[in-house]
Amino acid sequence: MRRSMLFLPGNSPNILLNADFLGADSIILDLEDAVALTEKDSARILVRNAIRSLNYTREVIVRINPVDSPYWQKDLQQILPVKPDMIMPTKVSCAKDVAVVAEEISRLEAQCGFAENTVKLIPLIETALGVENAYEIASASPRVAAIFLGGEDFTADMRCKRTKEGTEILYARSRMVLAARAAGVDVYDTPWTDVEDYDGLIEDAKFAKGLGFSGKSSISPRHIPFINEVFSPTEEEIQYAKDVFATIEKAKAEGKGVVSLRGKMIDAPIVTRARQVLEAAEAIKGGR
Amino acid sequence: MSKIIASIKEAIRQSGLSDGMTISFHHHLRNGDMVAVMVLDAIAELGIKDVNVNISSVFDTHGPMIEHIQNGVITGIETDYMGGVVGRAVSEGILNKPVTFRTHGGRPSDIISGKSPIDVAFIAAPAADCMGNCTGKVGKSACGSLGYAFADAMYAKTSIVITDNLVDYPLMDYSIAENYIDYVVCVDKIGEPSGIVSGTTKITKDPVGLVIADYAARAIEASGLLKDGFSFQTGAGGASLAAAKYLKDIMMKQGVKGSYGLGGITSYMVDMLNSGCFEALYDVQCFDLDAVRSIRENPKHMEVTAAHYASPTAKSSAVDSLDVVILGATEIDTQFNVNVHTDSNGYIMGGSGGHSDTAAGAKMAMIVAPLSRARLPIVVDQVLCKSTPGDTIDVLVTQCGIAVNPRRGELAERFRQAGLPVRDICELKDMAQRLNGTPKKPQLSDRVVANVLYRDGTLLDTIHGVPAK
Repeated sequence: MRRSMLFLPGNSPNILLNADFLGADSIILDLEDAVALTEKDSARILVRNAIRSLNYTREVIVRINPVDSPYWQKDLQQILPVKPDMIMPTKVSCAKDVAVVAEEISRLEAQCGFAENTVKLIPLIETALGVENAYEIASASPRVAAIFLGGEDFTADMRCKRTKEGTEILYARSRMVLAARAAGVDVYDTPWTDVEDYDGLIEDAKFAKGLGFSGKSSISPRHIPFINEVFSPTEEEIQYAKDVFATIEKAKAEGKGVVSLRGKMIDAPIVTRARQVLEAAEAIKGGR
Repeated sequence: MSKIIASIKEAIRQSGLSDGMTISFHHHLRNGDMVAVMVLDAIAELGIKDVNVNISSVFDTHGPMIEHIQNGVITGIETDYMGGVVGRAVSEGILNKPVTFRTHGGRPSDIISGKSPIDVAFIAAPAADCMGNCTGKVGKSACGSLGYAFADAMYAKTSIVITDNLVDYPLMDYSIAENYIDYVVCVDKIGEPSGIVSGTTKITKDPVGLVIADYAARAIEASGLLKDGFSFQTGAGGASLAAAKYLKDIMMKQGVKGSYGLGGITSYMVDMLNSGCFEALYDVQCFDLDAVRSIRENPKHMEVTAAHYASPTAKSSAVDSLDVVILGATEIDTQFNVNVHTDSNGYIMGGSGGHSDTAAGAKMAMIVAPLSRARLPIVVDQVLCKSTPGDTIDVLVTQCGIAVNPRRGELAERFRQAGLPVRDICELKDMAQRLNGTPKKPQLSDRVVANVLYRDGTLLDTIHGVPAK
């Protein structure tokens, strides 16, 4: 269950020490934008040691530098042996960008004696070309488990202003969700960047959920409880899902074919949705 | 008739203060207090020596006390809290006689019972009239409650009010009444407003502190104590304030109507009162300007004396009816004993204040602390100084999980059912050590520089000196 993903700078020992306790379902340890060029080496080693020694219980994603930079291979060489759950390649614009990284990961996995496809990919799509090629990227490799929209760089590439309303990224968001669902992978939304504006965050997260995003990322630990709440099933949703299965069981026992609940016929999409809700509820188990 | 005396020196002469006597001060002007040093300077000029100072808290603004220790004016200190400046000097052995640490409840108890007699009490007062009726609620140096000063004023042989705001008789809404006061001195300034109420008691932005606060609020929710009539105290630390904010949200959502909020009062507690979370605030000390304004204007926000707040020998005190208190710690050990007196190097930098009083009284005493600070584990095998006994502490909340005192198994079960991460305190200690290593114990001297008295007057622990570097 990935409702929230929290970006954390890879060069801050105290943050890495506490990364597991900040409430996010996934932590994204960043070697890219949060780390100055002069600190790339130390951040890489710090993140490697943190993963090796801190026994994180949350899903660990490492954001590596772009394939057109001189750092991404060194990033992978240090990080892959400590087996992160996922690698987030950056500025991914086409299937080839995914393939290059996937190939290097395969080489390193073999070297480390890991099974093929142990480490998954969550490409960060943050260019106009990337959004245009979203489906191609999402289906580029069996390693791709999800795709991720980076709104800030995307709007810069689009030469438009990033606004709180987010009209300028509406098409990109919709396109990303469509591509991900068509490719059968998850899809994650860009962070809300106003750290103090919780009402705006909640609205934005609800909107993203409404579009079909699997979850949302954040740059602030303070946003995590709100994101988790938005992307968790509500009590009513859980009860409805339980009622769906109870009704089906009852109908089966009575030998009925077609059944309805609260005046609506229970069809395949309703059952699928109910199953997803119960799976999500089970994954959270009362936690926040 | 008037009790006004022209100068502090003259008031000291009239009081009959002489070598070997005990004087007292309160700490409501906190780090802005100018009165204690003003009086000590006057005592020094009068050539009086060997004075025992009973002051409810020593702040860093009282640094000049060090000089008066060196020149033989001060030979003894009794207090409930001592900041790092004087604390370091005491730890390095500046006083021949060990400091006596009491609690905020133990101090008035011992003053009232006569165990800790005061010859002359100096009461800094932000407003007073010529007969000595005084209050902290108004004036340019307003500090709100004068809770800690009542026992001093009422039980000292001589009580002198020192004010910078002499008002016409009779002062309305007085705190301490004229029948206890011998003399009144008016000076230009009793305190520096920026230090009296700093206005910086703000909710933490530290993500780790917020996680701790969230767990603390949810633990209170799960404890079974959060229902109509709920009573609550919290400290002014960033995580404690954040916990109060989260708790308020829960109370508002569930429509819980609490009975009273207690203690040192901040704007966050005032906000809870105004939002209907409590029927009343019992205020022994104001921490910020909002609290000062509220105690002046809102009849539901009431001043209480230190004895009413926490005295263990009173017929009852407000801590006895407390449901939950949130407290801090510099260290906590696997027996749940808490240190709030010394830092990791053994230097004095704090004190119990109301820590052990509220822990003893509350149905659930909760410590909030990160697992480590600046790479020093907070959860340890044994605390350097036992400030509050572990058998009065129920819960430790860290960012890595909640440890419940084994005496309170039912709380652990409630927390687990609420989905909170309950862990054994030894497990938390192991985590802290694994992450930070085990620091070497500081090298302390054989000499005892302070005795820590529990609220009932028994010796709880001794603090040893630190060799001067």
